[in-house]
Amino acid sequence: MNRLLSISLLGATLLFFSGSARAEWHRFRGPDGNGYTSGSKELPPELGENTLAWKATLPGRGLGSPIVVGDRVILSAASGPHQDKLQILCFSTRDGSEIWRRSFWATGRTMCHKKTCVAAPTPTTDGKHIYALWSSNDLICVDLEGNLRWMRGLTLDYPNASNSLGMSSSPLIAGNTLVAQIENDSESFAAGFDLDSGANKWKIARPKMANWTSPVTMKFGGQTIVALQSGKGVMGVAPSTGSELWNFSKGASTIPSGAAAGDTLIVPSSGLTAFRPNAKGGEPVSLWNQKTQKPATASPLVTGDRFYFVNSAGVLTAADRKTGDRLWRIRLKGPFSGSPVACQNGHLYLFNEEGLGQVVRLSGDEGEVVSEFELEETILATPSIAQDSLYVRSDQTLWKFAKKGN
Amino acid sequence: MIARLLALCPALILPGQALSNPVDPAQHIAIIQAVGSKGAGNPEAAAAFQALSGATASSILPLLRAIEESNPIARNWLRSAVEVIIERELAAKNPLPFEELEKFLADRTQAPEARRLAFDLMLAIDRETSEKLIPGFIDDPSTELRRDAVALLMTSSRKAGEDATTYRKALDAARDVDQIKEIAKALAELKEKVDLSRHFGFLTNWQVIGPFHNSERKGFAEVFPPEKEVDLKASYEGKESEVTWQALSTDDPYGKVDFNKPYGKLKEVTGYAYHEFDTGEARPAELRLGCKNAWKIWLNGKLVFERDEYHRGQRIDQYKMPVELRKGTNSILLKLCQNEQKQDWTVQWEFQLRVCDATGTAILATNRPEGETK
Repeated sequence: MNRLLSISLLGATLLFFSGSARAEWHRFRGPDGNGYTSGSKELPPELGENTLAWKATLPGRGLGSPIVVGDRVILSAASGPHQDKLQILCFSTRDGSEIWRRSFWATGRTMCHKKTCVAAPTPTTDGKHIYALWSSNDLICVDLEGNLRWMRGLTLDYPNASNSLGMSSSPLIAGNTLVAQIENDSESFAAGFDLDSGANKWKIARPKMANWTSPVTMKFGGQTIVALQSGKGVMGVAPSTGSELWNFSKGASTIPSGAAAGDTLIVPSSGLTAFRPNAKGGEPVSLWNQKTQKPATASPLVTGDRFYFVNSAGVLTAADRKTGDRLWRIRLKGPFSGSPVACQNGHLYLFNEEGLGQVVRLSGDEGEVVSEFELEETILATPSIAQDSLYVRSDQTLWKFAKKGN
Repeated sequence: MIARLLALCPALILPGQALSNPVDPAQHIAIIQAVGSKGAGNPEAAAAFQALSGATASSILPLLRAIEESNPIARNWLRSAVEVIIERELAAKNPLPFEELEKFLADRTQAPEARRLAFDLMLAIDRETSEKLIPGFIDDPSTELRRDAVALLMTSSRKAGEDATTYRKALDAARDVDQIKEIAKALAELKEKVDLSRHFGFLTNWQVIGPFHNSERKGFAEVFPPEKEVDLKASYEGKESEVTWQALSTDDPYGKVDFNKPYGKLKEVTGYAYHEFDTGEARPAELRLGCKNAWKIWLNGKLVFERDEYHRGQRIDQYKMPVELRKGTNSILLKLCQNEQKQDWTVQWEFQLRVCDATGTAILATNRPEGETK
């Protein structure tokens, strides 16, 4: 508990930033890393030509989501025959015009499975700087004008930290620390980096096993904890020190990530499992387990008292967050690699791998698909929602959907 | 400390001032070149970068020239500074140093990446004039520039109705695997013989010994006798019986050496492969390995690299390891561990190794027999 109290100042800092971040989309799966944002009531529940605000051609592939900061939407990419040209791209939210792009030479290995991409992780931001990680383990910070602030070549520093299939874990910011999971079969670790200099604040050994999940933040006792998921389970760490606060040791998925709701974490583990940290540390308090609820590649989405997940058959299930009991389910057109997202307009947005966007109304007793729109390009990324607009990237294009005039 | 202060001072220059007071890039470049491992020097480099980003187009060439003698992180700092300057100068419609860039591009002693960047800038300034230079890249040390010239030849061959002579010229120049495969396929369809193994420089004749154990993956760390000495006449206690060295060669066009052929599809085993590579001169080279098993590699008795990853994929040039070859005989010893997984995609117990220069051009051993590979 003392260790939890020791990060109270950090928690206060996070609360300050979370206000502005909530209106925007600062990281993988939104403000709380669970796919939901409490804003964007005016986002239209229709995807189509009527709501397509603009689209912009991308110079490289990527699976990472766009992030939104003020009037800018930013994403990473990789291009070239060896995917060794790393790019950070900044577009205007207003009209999709490119504001700047920066290119870097990868310093680490760029080999990956043909389905994924070197630009698989989603960048993150504290509202002042962009922090981007690639599967090559290049970690780069630029300001909002694209000026380089620092760079790390983590494969230069840790030569066996790579996965020949590619890595995809997205970093996050917790307090003054950038947390990243560089987990693989060989030199596997998680680390906290100083936001200003990129220097290691901490580095801890992690299970030697391939892992594509992303860290998530959760609240406990008013503090922010970073949950690190792997095949061994989930470990809660203090973001500023990396010290272990608790450890869920019953194993977890290495592809879909968990989703937090306050002090509860819903984790793909033996189906789906919900737990709450134990104030004394050690094994968390298990709340429920639903063995038949098996998310596939997409991570669960949490909205208030409910959560949603998609299984390998493309079935979207809605369930009660407090019990895990299923409320309804509906078959969508899959398969899905990107995760579902939702906002305060009461609808869920999801794109399948063939580029079909689907909107599901969540407000009734049963889910209902209310809109479909074919983008006709491969989409493996999770969409983002900010300022009443939805952004999604396909292999070649960045798309914005919003009401006309937004 | 003085250097740090010098770096910070120009950062106070207001936007626009730099244009009338051009920044001397040398001191800032030196600070950027001092960035080290694990983030060392990043704050100082950021200050130097800020100063450089206010420089005029006259700083572009000094920045490009500095790339050759910079480490991989510093190279990116310098590249990014060039991009920021170019972006601003293009927006302001200021003249850019096309002729100086062309001279820099022509200087093949400069860093290949920097020369490619220079060419990209030239394309942005004057595409039509720049594209006329592409045929001259056919023997360029920059594989990226060379790639463009090879692509041009491939297009020419197709336009000429699949011309074998042009394809052959393209193959001789090609260094990227995807282009080589495409050209080889076209030549095969024209009934032309292609020795891909020789083109790449794969090592195809080995002495191998095994199997030793790899129970619970512990064989990777265990030092078996071949790591202590290479005596091709010796025999040792293996996993289940006595093991001896034997010859193993491959006629795979991409040099794959398959341990399953002599030993069967075993699990939890370790094998070694040994090759003597003769060169007429001491020279820098790269060992390039493709392997989906755990492995270690030694050159002349010195461990070059090791990796304990199993069955996550294999491709040509998966691992590039710069080495120094010595004149005469160079011994290459490879340790290859197979794990316990039973899935059908974990059967492979193989590797493909070639020796080449930094551009990927094969270095053929003086003791490589003619017609060694098909």
